[in-house]
Amino acid sequence: MRSVRAHPLQHLLAMIGALGFVAATVAIAWALGWITDNVILANPSERGSPTLAALWVIGISLVSGISVLARRLFLSMAELRTQRDWRRGLLHRYLDVPMDFHRRRDPGELLAHVDSDVNTATTVLKPLAFAVSVVVLVLVTMVALFAAHPLLALIAAVVFPALALISRVYTRRVEAPSAEVQRRVGEVTEVAHESFDGAVVVKTLGREPFEVERMRAASRRLSDERIRVGRMRAAFEPAIDALPTVGAVALLLVGAWLVGRGQATPGDLVLAATLFSLLAVPLFIVGFFLEELPRSVVSLDRVDRVLDEPVAASPSTSRSLPADGPLDLAIEDLAVGYGTRRVLDGVTLRVRAGERVALVGATGSGKSTLLETVMGLNEASHGAIRLSGVDLGSIHPDELHQAAALVFQEAFLFADSVAENVDLRSSGAPVVSGAPVAAAAPRRDVAAALDTAAASDFVARLPDGDLTVVGERGLTLSGGQRQRVALARALVRDPRLLLLDDATSAIDPVVEARILDRIGSSLDTTMLMVAQRISVIELADRVAYLAGGRIVATGSHAELLQRDDYRSLITAYEQAAVP
Amino acid sequence: MSSNSNRAAEDTGADGQVKALQVLRRGAAMSTRLRRGLPLIAAVGLFAAVGRLIVPVLVQLVLDHGVLGADGYRPGVVWTLSGLALGLVLVVAAASRFALIRLVTLAESVMLDLRVRAFEHIHRLSLADHSESRRGVLVSRVTSDIEAMAMFMQWGAMSWTINPVLILATLAVMAVYSWQLTLMVTALHLLLAPFLHWIQRRQIAAHGLVRDRVADTLGHATEAVSGAAVIRAYGYDAAVRRRLDTAVDEQYRAQLSAFKWWAMMLPAVDLVSAAALAASIVVGVAWGEELGVGAGALVAFVFLVRLLIRPISELGEVFDTTQSALAAWWKVLGILDAPVEVVEPSAETAEELPSGPLGIEARAVDFAYRAPVPVLRGVNVSIPPGASVAIVGETGSGKTTFARLLARLADPATGEIVIGGASLANVSPQSRRRSIRLVPQDGFLFAATIEDNIRFGRPGATAADAQAAIDELGLRGWLETLPSGIRTPVGQRGGRLSVGERQLVALARAQVADPGLLILDEATSAVDPKTEEALAAAITRLAQGRTTVSVAHRLSTAERADLVLVFDDGRIIEQGTHHQLLSAGGSYAKLHRRWVSNTRTAADRAR
Repeated sequence: MRSVRAHPLQHLLAMIGALGFVAATVAIAWALGWITDNVILANPSERGSPTLAALWVIGISLVSGISVLARRLFLSMAELRTQRDWRRGLLHRYLDVPMDFHRRRDPGELLAHVDSDVNTATTVLKPLAFAVSVVVLVLVTMVALFAAHPLLALIAAVVFPALALISRVYTRRVEAPSAEVQRRVGEVTEVAHESFDGAVVVKTLGREPFEVERMRAASRRLSDERIRVGRMRAAFEPAIDALPTVGAVALLLVGAWLVGRGQATPGDLVLAATLFSLLAVPLFIVGFFLEELPRSVVSLDRVDRVLDEPVAASPSTSRSLPADGPLDLAIEDLAVGYGTRRVLDGVTLRVRAGERVALVGATGSGKSTLLETVMGLNEASHGAIRLSGVDLGSIHPDELHQAAALVFQEAFLFADSVAENVDLRSSGAPVVSGAPVAAAAPRRDVAAALDTAAASDFVARLPDGDLTVVGERGLTLSGGQRQRVALARALVRDPRLLLLDDATSAIDPVVEARILDRIGSSLDTTMLMVAQRISVIELADRVAYLAGGRIVATGSHAELLQRDDYRSLITAYEQAAVP
Repeated sequence: MSSNSNRAAEDTGADGQVKALQVLRRGAAMSTRLRRGLPLIAAVGLFAAVGRLIVPVLVQLVLDHGVLGADGYRPGVVWTLSGLALGLVLVVAAASRFALIRLVTLAESVMLDLRVRAFEHIHRLSLADHSESRRGVLVSRVTSDIEAMAMFMQWGAMSWTINPVLILATLAVMAVYSWQLTLMVTALHLLLAPFLHWIQRRQIAAHGLVRDRVADTLGHATEAVSGAAVIRAYGYDAAVRRRLDTAVDEQYRAQLSAFKWWAMMLPAVDLVSAAALAASIVVGVAWGEELGVGAGALVAFVFLVRLLIRPISELGEVFDTTQSALAAWWKVLGILDAPVEVVEPSAETAEELPSGPLGIEARAVDFAYRAPVPVLRGVNVSIPPGASVAIVGETGSGKTTFARLLARLADPATGEIVIGGASLANVSPQSRRRSIRLVPQDGFLFAATIEDNIRFGRPGATAADAQAAIDELGLRGWLETLPSGIRTPVGQRGGRLSVGERQLVALARAQVADPGLLILDEATSAVDPKTEEALAAAITRLAQGRTTVSVAHRLSTAERADLVLVFDDGRIIEQGTHHQLLSAGGSYAKLHRRWVSNTRTAADRAR
């Protein structure tokens, strides 16, 4: 097992602890037997010292206690370290894989890998040492019984395998219904989620009784499944409880007969009975171990599949962009697809240094894909992108991040301060080799960027100014506010190519116009912006119209309005104007 | 649940038990089935206890009377005793099988009942309790909280049923052999109580920390996944990587320290048990005759002391699930206690709304969600029947909330809403649902076909009614573009349709109800041109002959309206027709100027 190889010391110590426990367990049973014969039942004249016996008992228990402690502690350590390593490995992989991976996967699933899959994959580790020790314990018991009398060993030889068999059958039988229970739990959760999500509609339509019935049906299915599992438990557990007792009774019967014939001592009897009572529970845990194994393997497999994902390639050759000034963007016959679907199919577009081009197209026409590809987030299946004559693939990522910035429509903010969200570097010291990496932007630059993005006013009103923590666990900003912070994030880098993906859609049109004006006057940059509002389209030097996966026309807004499809698109935008 | 509610296995501290008992008493009061099941639970415990005590008692009897007695080995006695024991084992096994099934069935029916009741109650709560931020909590009340209880029923409950009985029974049997030795052993075990209590306090704290750390890791992991595009576009991976590593490390450390306490529990029980064992041997051998403890009895006694280890440590181990189950149960009971604010009028006093368009009168309406900040403050407005009204204002100005109050999704904190001459609170729910229809902007649909979803609009609506609604709103053309037409399944929440298409279905759903008051919350997100056109046409047709209140995001809606209400910070700051407000030069005029300058110019110039 991989965990054992990765953390051999902890596993070894745990195993020693487990074996120590076995030794102590056998020792205590043996000591009790000896004490029965030589202390309790012996004639006073031949009697061993009870104090000594007591010290033995305590001593052995101490060993047993310490070994249990060691086993549990080191096993936990091994298990948790394995979890930590896999978690880290998964999360690093999430950062390293190409963007396409994240598009293909459901975020909830990726989080489940990190959380429950890692947990399940390591569940088997906990009883591992214990299971091994139980097997040893059974063997030792057999030997001890055999030493007492072969007939006693014979009883054990019947009872133990029977017990193991029953628990194996039980765990196997219960496996499918248990999985079914999990599925039903998921179903109930889904019903609750959906139903409460639609609370407004449920209320207006008065559909509460139907929803309650739906929930009752889902809950009943879950309940029925649990009762099925419960019935199985009820069938097996009493049997598993009773079997060692039956064995012990048989043991006594035979033992008493042997004692009566003088072939065994009462101490042997006590030893045998003690060992029997000790083994009932551990054997059950071995069954549990066997039950967990397949589930763990499945989870581990899921984790592995992510860990085996290929990492995004770094450029083999590294060429530098020209030193200064806005970049020239040339896209030639570009094709990009997700899976089998072609999103872009032969896009050719030139944006000259310092030019501002608006990208217009219907929903799903591939505007975002085009911008993301220019930013290096998508793999092109065909064609070329050149920045000031340098092929995109040969530019080092760090240099690209310096020179170009893409602002998304969905303004994603990290759970951090506004300043850090703009800067994205103060806590992240560059670890990358070679390429030039700018030092953290000073606070002044952050303030200037926020100002250009028309965000300084509301940021100043936040409880801690630009040090206010925002995002998931911080203050919730409105859509427009988030977009302005995201915009400042791009501006603080002084990008030589600015890509705006409908980045101002939630901002008031008047403010939006002011922001775009300021960007134009304060920043010497090339701009390619996805636009839905006429005001934004009008700000551009030129409009590129994207349809059917290619640029079908470029020109001024007025020129393009001659086209019917373009005009109807623009009319729709107008209708949907948001205050 | 407060931290003083930790109830240790051996702990009988007043503060701990009261809370647990409180939960149990409340829980039992709610369910007669649970009350009736209590004897059953006791029976299960007793059976299991008897089953585990058979062997040591048998050892004693066989040794004393069958082997070491005055007559030496007596096969008859041994066989009889063994036979009796065997019979008892079988009876116990059969009885516990029966009792276990009953117990599982009982537990499941109690939980099913609790879940459905909580679910029903949550739906009855006012929309004030259903805010976005509370939704996760509401869902967990009927899912993970109940699951925590189920988890407990599966592992913890049996332990709590069997082990206390087992401990008491073991002590009782021990007392039969020698009450003095039993007293001594009990005293020694009681030494464990403060220690276990202490460990469990640590454990609770440690587990709390673990939960926080796990949430932390997941929070950062969510950023790494949801923010994948931003991280890549800005080369932010180094910092994110470091944060993730820190979070994972912290989680590891917290978990390890939680496990530390867990690891200490069993050895502690073991040691105390050994001490008790040693003391019993010493005292039993030295003063056995004075105490009246025979050799066989002492052997059995020693065996019984060993038998105490398992129930005590088992109780210690299930403490965790017990704690979380009690906390969960408490939370579920708590949601059932949440008052239902929107109380429907009784059948005798309920009023019916007249047919035809309905007038609206809002008088000094105040409202707040479960937060101190009011959303609406003193809203007064009068809307004549048949009017079309547009509500405009910034996000968070209270316009959507006002629209929701008109459909009585919640009641005003103070003030009154009168619709069609009747106080809204006195209108019968059937009449209200028929005559007042709110179409929310997300156009939530049920996982059924389009036809079914439309029919949900009015009880008793037929397939023909659904088709008629589609035709009346001019949606036949759109429907024909779908693979199975009106029979197309829409998926969970209507997810297989676009936002715009979901709204179309929601509009048809309103059309079958033929309401006198239509409340529309226009979609904010951009939809494709074709659907946009269909929406505009459908809304126009739907609004005919009704009072219409639209939460407007489109300029054209406000321009066409008979009355425009401008909301700002929970108040109506301006009202009048589009032209009146425009010439008044107030904030509507300003708002409108922005719209015009930013949306109209280009196209107008081009025309």
